[in-house]
Amino acid sequence: MNTVPMESGLVLAGILFILGFIGVLVRRNIVFILLSLEVMLNAAGLAFIFAGSRWVQADGQVMFIFILAMAAAEVSVGLALILQIFRDFKTLDADAANNMRG
Amino acid sequence: MILLWLIAILMIGGIAAWAAAKWNVMLARWIALIATLINFVLVIMLWVQHSGGLTLGANAPWLLDFRWNWIPSFGISFHMALDGMSLLLILLTSFIGVLSVLTSWTEIEYRAGFFHFNLLWILAGITGVFLSLDLFMFYFFWEVMLIPMYFLIGIWGHENRIYASFKFFIFTQASSLFMFVAILALYFIHGKNTGVYTFDYLQLLGTVFTPKAEMWLMFGFLIAFVVKLPIVPLHNWLPDAHTEAPTAGSVVLAALLLKTGAYGILRFVIPLFPHAVRDFQIPGMILGAIGIIYGAILAFAQTDFKRLVAYTSVNHMGFVMLGAFALNELALQGVVMQMLCHGISTGALFILVGALYERIHTRDLNKMGGFWDEIPRMGAVGLVFALASLGLPGLGNFIAEFLTLTGAFMANNWITAIATLGLVASTIYSLRIMARVFYGRKPKVEKHIPDFNVREMIIMGALILSIIWLGIFPHPVLDTSRPAINNIIRTAAAKGSVSQLEKPGTLLPDKAGQVQFAGKNEKGGAR
Amino acid sequence: MLELLWIVPALPFLGFLILALIGSRMPGKTAAAIGVASIGLSALLTVFIGINFISSPPAGRVYIQTLWEWFNVAGLNPGIALRLDAVSLTFIFVITFVGFLIHLYSVEYMEGEEGYSRFFAYMNLFVGSMLMLVLGDNLVLLYLGWEGVGLCSYLLIGFWYKDPANGYAARKAFIVTRVGDTAMAIGLFILFTELGSLNIGRLLEVAPLNWPVGSSMPVLAAALLLGGAVGKSAQLPLQTWLPDAMAGPTPVSALIHAATMVTAGVYLIARMHVIFTLAPVVLTIVGVIGALTLLLAGFSALTQHDIKRVLAYSTISQIGYMFLALGVGAWSAAVFHFMIHAFFKALLFLGAGVVILALHHEQNMFKMGGVRKMIPVTFWTFLIGSASLAALPLVTGGFYSKDLILFYAFDGERANRWLYAAGLLGALITALYTTRMVLLTFFGEAKTHLHHKPTWIMEMPLVVLAVLSTFGGFVELPHTLGHLTLFSDFMQTILPGNQVAEGGISTELILQLTAAVTAILGIFIAYMLYYKNPERVTALRRSAFGSRLHAFWKKGWGFDWLYDTLFVNPIVWIAEVNKSDFIDLIYTFIAWVNRMFNRAFSFTQSGRLRWYAMGIALGAIITLTIAVFL
Repeated sequence: MNTVPMESGLVLAGILFILGFIGVLVRRNIVFILLSLEVMLNAAGLAFIFAGSRWVQADGQVMFIFILAMAAAEVSVGLALILQIFRDFKTLDADAANNMRG
Repeated sequence: MILLWLIAILMIGGIAAWAAAKWNVMLARWIALIATLINFVLVIMLWVQHSGGLTLGANAPWLLDFRWNWIPSFGISFHMALDGMSLLLILLTSFIGVLSVLTSWTEIEYRAGFFHFNLLWILAGITGVFLSLDLFMFYFFWEVMLIPMYFLIGIWGHENRIYASFKFFIFTQASSLFMFVAILALYFIHGKNTGVYTFDYLQLLGTVFTPKAEMWLMFGFLIAFVVKLPIVPLHNWLPDAHTEAPTAGSVVLAALLLKTGAYGILRFVIPLFPHAVRDFQIPGMILGAIGIIYGAILAFAQTDFKRLVAYTSVNHMGFVMLGAFALNELALQGVVMQMLCHGISTGALFILVGALYERIHTRDLNKMGGFWDEIPRMGAVGLVFALASLGLPGLGNFIAEFLTLTGAFMANNWITAIATLGLVASTIYSLRIMARVFYGRKPKVEKHIPDFNVREMIIMGALILSIIWLGIFPHPVLDTSRPAINNIIRTAAAKGSVSQLEKPGTLLPDKAGQVQFAGKNEKGGAR
Repeated sequence: MLELLWIVPALPFLGFLILALIGSRMPGKTAAAIGVASIGLSALLTVFIGINFISSPPAGRVYIQTLWEWFNVAGLNPGIALRLDAVSLTFIFVITFVGFLIHLYSVEYMEGEEGYSRFFAYMNLFVGSMLMLVLGDNLVLLYLGWEGVGLCSYLLIGFWYKDPANGYAARKAFIVTRVGDTAMAIGLFILFTELGSLNIGRLLEVAPLNWPVGSSMPVLAAALLLGGAVGKSAQLPLQTWLPDAMAGPTPVSALIHAATMVTAGVYLIARMHVIFTLAPVVLTIVGVIGALTLLLAGFSALTQHDIKRVLAYSTISQIGYMFLALGVGAWSAAVFHFMIHAFFKALLFLGAGVVILALHHEQNMFKMGGVRKMIPVTFWTFLIGSASLAALPLVTGGFYSKDLILFYAFDGERANRWLYAAGLLGALITALYTTRMVLLTFFGEAKTHLHHKPTWIMEMPLVVLAVLSTFGGFVELPHTLGHLTLFSDFMQTILPGNQVAEGGISTELILQLTAAVTAILGIFIAYMLYYKNPERVTALRRSAFGSRLHAFWKKGWGFDWLYDTLFVNPIVWIAEVNKSDFIDLIYTFIAWVNRMFNRAFSFTQSGRLRWYAMGIALGAIITLTIAVFL
């Protein structure tokens, strides 16, 4: 069985993570921020999968399923919040919701 | 048990007044007045009852002792006791308490019930401070008087009240945390030394320290007391708090709250840490002298009448510091006198300022002048208390300052000589009060100012009588405080090495408990 | 009889209490009656007590009456106790008697003034305090009287309180004397610390036993007491307050600032003479201060326009004589001059008061003139008083008292020719300014018309004082003229005598002739300069140097300017600059730093989600970097 080397997998996960992170930082639309967050989560999940296959352990896959479950819960709460924010601010711009400014 | 009642009456009265105000504000005032009056009568009775025992019991100065184990596992007990000094101070507290309720009779309209609750709880806290002999209890009451005072300034004060109340709270709270740490350290050091973990003052008196620890602990206590006193350069909360507080608040602050600092120095700092106090004697006296001069110069510069009076407290409390660190009977008796007389004279001046403010709605000296012909009673009262604060003989403050300075002179000539210049300085600011308010030409405002009414004349009459009484026949007061003062000196001397105390001009107690003049009289032989 | 002594000071205090409490509600006549009666009864009682004291003297020539113990702390136990001896008897006699006459005079002088009863209340309080000062048997009680008279002086100078200038003069008087009082207080501390008592009798006993002559402690103590005396008695360098104190009503100037209070310094030094003899250096300084003051004040008196200021400077100058007498150890001569001076200076002030009132509150002498016909009684009594001040030989009391001082200065135990010369020069100047004052006021042509004619209430005190200031001097006559020593014998029951060193009757005669010639010469020069040909004086004053000197003297040798620049202005400046308390800046700074931190941190709390994410990332990177590289 031809296995992908661990290093390239981790690099892929890193690139995905950074892409997601840049997305979080630069996008102002909350929906896209949420999307980018999903990418970051999946990057982390990918890293787990690679690590699991490297050490031939089931833990990696367990963690990925855990992340999937968490992401699902997070998206449902996040989307509800987004709806609420849209109702209050009439916009999806994250920077507009800065009422907690010190 | 009666000691407990003294506090309980005030606390219950406070709650009752708060509750009663829901129906009728006048009822709340009457409840507060009656509660303070009952207290005053009780204290007078105590004084009369014990006046015989005072001169005898030189070795056991405690007239009353009440103890109840509160939290035995931590060595905390509900321990209150009364000696001559605390008797005089609770006498002053209850006297000023009655007067402060009377002065706010027409001044306070807004939330009068809560006002009287706060006022009475401050008084209760102060009474507790003067009576507690358990350091835990002491700290508890120390805080009890703080918080209602904060409300008093913050809710019923003048324009800048929020700033003033915060400043007051931060200064006093921060400084009393030092004391709290010192109390805990004292608790553990004593516990480690003897195996007995206790907060009881009488047991802690015997604690032995390393010199360094003693010095640090003394500073912990001293800083809390010196901020309350206050001493330059830790005095800055005072002018703001006094100026912004309502009249009753200023009176209680000046007449009573400052005295808790002086009391703390005499009761705790000197007997607990005699070596450190002796090492700190010269700096302490210098701080006192600085307070005297600096306070007077600042008082002279003010154009706000109330602020002027506030700074006179800095000036007068300098004498307390000077006398406390002179560490001999003359000076300490002078300090006790100064506490009482300053309470009366400055209290009276604040009431006068308050009454004037009620009438002309300003405290600005530039808008006053020539009031004598319109309000001669106020003028006469102002004159009496301006003279009291410059230390005119025949009024109580003279006795206080004379004793303090004489005692301080024995301890250190030069510092005292400089402090004596404060007499000139206090003359300058006191006469300035008369010149700016009652003498001179009248400003433009041509509105009739009503003179003191009967209620106000009763207040002022009581104050004038007491200051004159203290000035020409202070015997009862001095006799009451003598055993307590001698006990403080003896406690300090018992802990200290005797050779250190035998400086020329220092007073030493001999075996019979009488205090004698040591050092100087041997060489004369003629006396 | 002697046990009634306490009533003497008690009566004025009682009068004060009544007038202070209900005086404003009673009619003016009643108030005046109470004020005068209390002092009158007091004076009467003093006379009885004095007769009793002299006819059957108590043991040790000192009578002490203890009323109660004032306070008692650690050996400091002054009593409210009165001490009657020759010195205090003389003083209380002068205080109550002259005080009574002046009170009586004020009944008319102050009539119709606002605060009529207040005036008598203050005056009674003053007499009471002054009596406590001289009767107190310990220095603390003396200090009580000392401050009490200072207070009354303040209140009475500022009696017409609506004029800010009066208030200023009053404050100046109180504060300047308080400077001296503070020195005196420190002196008391030294005496108590070193000798363990403040009782006068005790101190006089113990001091010579504990202190060798000229050692540092008595010098220090005496110098500090001298500070108090100098302040109260308006001597150099604290003399500046007295001329301004003339802002008060004229009876006040007569009683407080001429006859009684300002001589308290003389009393103090005479009272504590043992301490001063132990400190010969200080005693010499006392003499030098006296000599300098009498000259300086004399020259200033020459240039004044205001009649009351002439008298004020003359008072300073005459007290200078008393200090000179104390300095040469002529104790009883000092007290003698005090008594005579009290009579004639009170007389002069009261006479000046009549003139001032007659001319509708005009005090400038150059606007007076020619009033001798209008108010003849005043003119003659004033003339008698002036003659006494100028020490006209043989017929005036002032001659005998001043001559005694000059005699001791020349020939006594501590004789000093320089002091004598100063005294003689002073006598010349005194005669000069006195004559000038009389000529300007009463002679020449009338410039105004009469406004108020005095009745017997004002004239009676003048006549009595004129008699006293003439015949009062005859209780003490020099060797050359009958040799009567009633007064000094009486004084020397308490105060030490003064041995005359050399000479004899011939020296004394020469001295007297010199003094007499000096006085007459002074009167003659003044007559020539101010009456015969006043152009010469005017010319002198117009000259460049003359005008400058004139201004300099008139302003009292520039002491006011000096003190203003040295003390008053810097202190006021510091107070003004530091009004909001520079220490507060420290706390304001601490609060500011906190607020700055607050602002810096709250800036990071932008409320923007992406900033927070950035923060998390940065934090993670930094943490990782640290973890990896360290």
